[in-house]
Amino acid sequence: MTVLIGQLFTGVSIGAVLLLIALGLALTFGQMGVINMAHGEFIMAGAYTTYVLQQVITAAGWSLLIALPVAFVVAGAMGVLLEILLIRRLYARPLDTLLVTWGVSLILQQLARDIFGSPNVQTRAPELLTGNIGLPGGITVANNRLFILALAGSAVVALTVALRVTPLGRRIRAVVQNRDLAAVSGIATTRVDRMTFFIGSGLAGIAGVALTLLGPIGPTMGTNLIIDAFLVVVVGGIGQLKGTVIVAFALGVLQATGEYLTTLSVAKVMVFIAIVAFLQWRPQGLFTLRTRSLA
Amino acid sequence: MTTVARDPVAAADPAPAPPTRPAAGPSRHRYRAAAGFAFGAALLFAVAPLVLSDFRLSLLAKYLCVAMVAVGIGLAWGRGGMLTLGQGVFFGLGGYAMAMHLKLADAGPGNMPDFMLLYGQLDELPLWWRPFASPWFALPATVLLPMAVAFVLGSLVFRRRVRGAYFAILSQALAAAMVILLIGQQGTTGGTNGLTDIQGFFGYDLDDPVNQRMVYFIIAGTLLALLALARHLTQCRYGELLVAVRDSEERVRFLGYDPATVKLVAYVVAAGMAGLAGALFVPAVGIISPALIGIVPSIEFVIGVAVGGRATLLGPVLGAVAVVWARTALSERFPGTWTYLQGLLFVVVVAFLPGGLASLIGLARRRDDGEPRPGLLRRLRLRRREGAA
Repeated sequence: MTVLIGQLFTGVSIGAVLLLIALGLALTFGQMGVINMAHGEFIMAGAYTTYVLQQVITAAGWSLLIALPVAFVVAGAMGVLLEILLIRRLYARPLDTLLVTWGVSLILQQLARDIFGSPNVQTRAPELLTGNIGLPGGITVANNRLFILALAGSAVVALTVALRVTPLGRRIRAVVQNRDLAAVSGIATTRVDRMTFFIGSGLAGIAGVALTLLGPIGPTMGTNLIIDAFLVVVVGGIGQLKGTVIVAFALGVLQATGEYLTTLSVAKVMVFIAIVAFLQWRPQGLFTLRTRSLA
Repeated sequence: MTTVARDPVAAADPAPAPPTRPAAGPSRHRYRAAAGFAFGAALLFAVAPLVLSDFRLSLLAKYLCVAMVAVGIGLAWGRGGMLTLGQGVFFGLGGYAMAMHLKLADAGPGNMPDFMLLYGQLDELPLWWRPFASPWFALPATVLLPMAVAFVLGSLVFRRRVRGAYFAILSQALAAAMVILLIGQQGTTGGTNGLTDIQGFFGYDLDDPVNQRMVYFIIAGTLLALLALARHLTQCRYGELLVAVRDSEERVRFLGYDPATVKLVAYVVAAGMAGLAGALFVPAVGIISPALIGIVPSIEFVIGVAVGGRATLLGPVLGAVAVVWARTALSERFPGTWTYLQGLLFVVVVAFLPGGLASLIGLARRRDDGEPRPGLLRRLRLRRREGAA
């Protein structure tokens, strides 16, 4: 029983990381149909922001707290820059966007190598987040994992509230549901697109800050995570956050269970097969707003 | 909207059905293609071996293997619109099948490959290695195994109309899963190192430059054969259908075809080509490893195709060779610069020159011809009507 709950928590914490990364993707992919492969490098930018801030502010707790908004803005600004310079021109060709942003991600990785060096760097975690909490029943839970879970939870809540309540959120939802109708209703869709890209990329920055608690920071840290996150979006369906949330945790738990029963590598293959099987059942993803359109 | 408006007009006035190809077309096309093939064969079989040193020739052999993968991607992506970011998987399946056979042949009958003894986890050859001892199993497997995997994945995915970016991501995830699996099963797959140090190729010593030359000739010949196959597939009726599926899948469905099958054929053929390329890559280079087949190499296969011109026959080949050559030339001396350049290539070519370098030539040619060809769907409809009449 203890083992079971422990594994469940491992799965949930893997899911929380996936969720943080996939939220931003779901937003940009859902609204604009844009596959941003450089999203992984925005994660990296967030992580390096934390690292740089810790060089300036040595108190680990404070630097982490300050890093959260700063990384959001840094990664968000990078996203907006990318949108203005390249993606804007490619809305009609989503597959090509994928390749173009892959090129951008190569450039950003090399930039990180040239600035910070190719070896990984490490941040110090604040003392509060290094220990474990013992729960009744002999279960121990790592503090940093708990923090990431809380962070992912608050990101979901904040995003949901923002989408439901604020005027910007209303506009975003309108554009997702029907871009043309939103445009003729007087919504400046290009400006909404840009804001969406800012928020989505900013969330990647926050994910980057969270990842500094789990491991080293390196130029290629984003590449390994991005595919799993994309799978979450594909399976979760676009246009609604709840699909992303459910699938992120489901994949996390599946991964952890598979890893526990077999090995990491077999678990990855199992997850892939499960996804293909799932798409047989619901090719459009778990929840989706739009019906399959006739192209 | 315009096409919908045009339909009734076309139906009411079927009289001036333009010939599907210019009258002098087929023979002229065939003549030109034959001349092109002869020129390519002369270049590959006569000029290159005379001009290039043994070292350069073996490098060229490696590039030509990449070019074979590119021919397949040109078919699946350029013609069929399926952006496959996982061709490394099929390249790897072919490569590993060949390498397993060659390793077993090197070790001699009844012996285990050297790396298995090194890791020392196994007492005897694992069951799934055993069939690869026979060349009659291993050689067909280099092509059929990738095709089978592509068939299973493709028929599951295309039938459920998973396409576009969704398909691209799935194909990439397949590459990721395959690499992790290979690395994880180190005892039986060689892990990160892969299968290395392959000495012999069906009784020929691969260290001998003469035999390396032979391998080069096999590769060059295979590439030409694959080009001929790709040309045939794109020129025949199926090729037009494939392009139609790329441009408007739903309309093709409404015309009574099954787009899933059309796409599946191109995807499976592309996988077979990649498998063959992997199989020939092994004797040419002497190694196959996860680093050669993962996400990054898989996407690098695609960039060569994009640079050359995805929807053309020769574009993918020339683009792939050019990109791999540039990487070898630059990455040794300026590794950082090459990464920037590669990134820029992706951005500039795909964003601003989606037809690749071939489109620069294509633009000039269209201006010479003057008359634009009728749209593809229109041509298909006309042809179907001819068939019915």
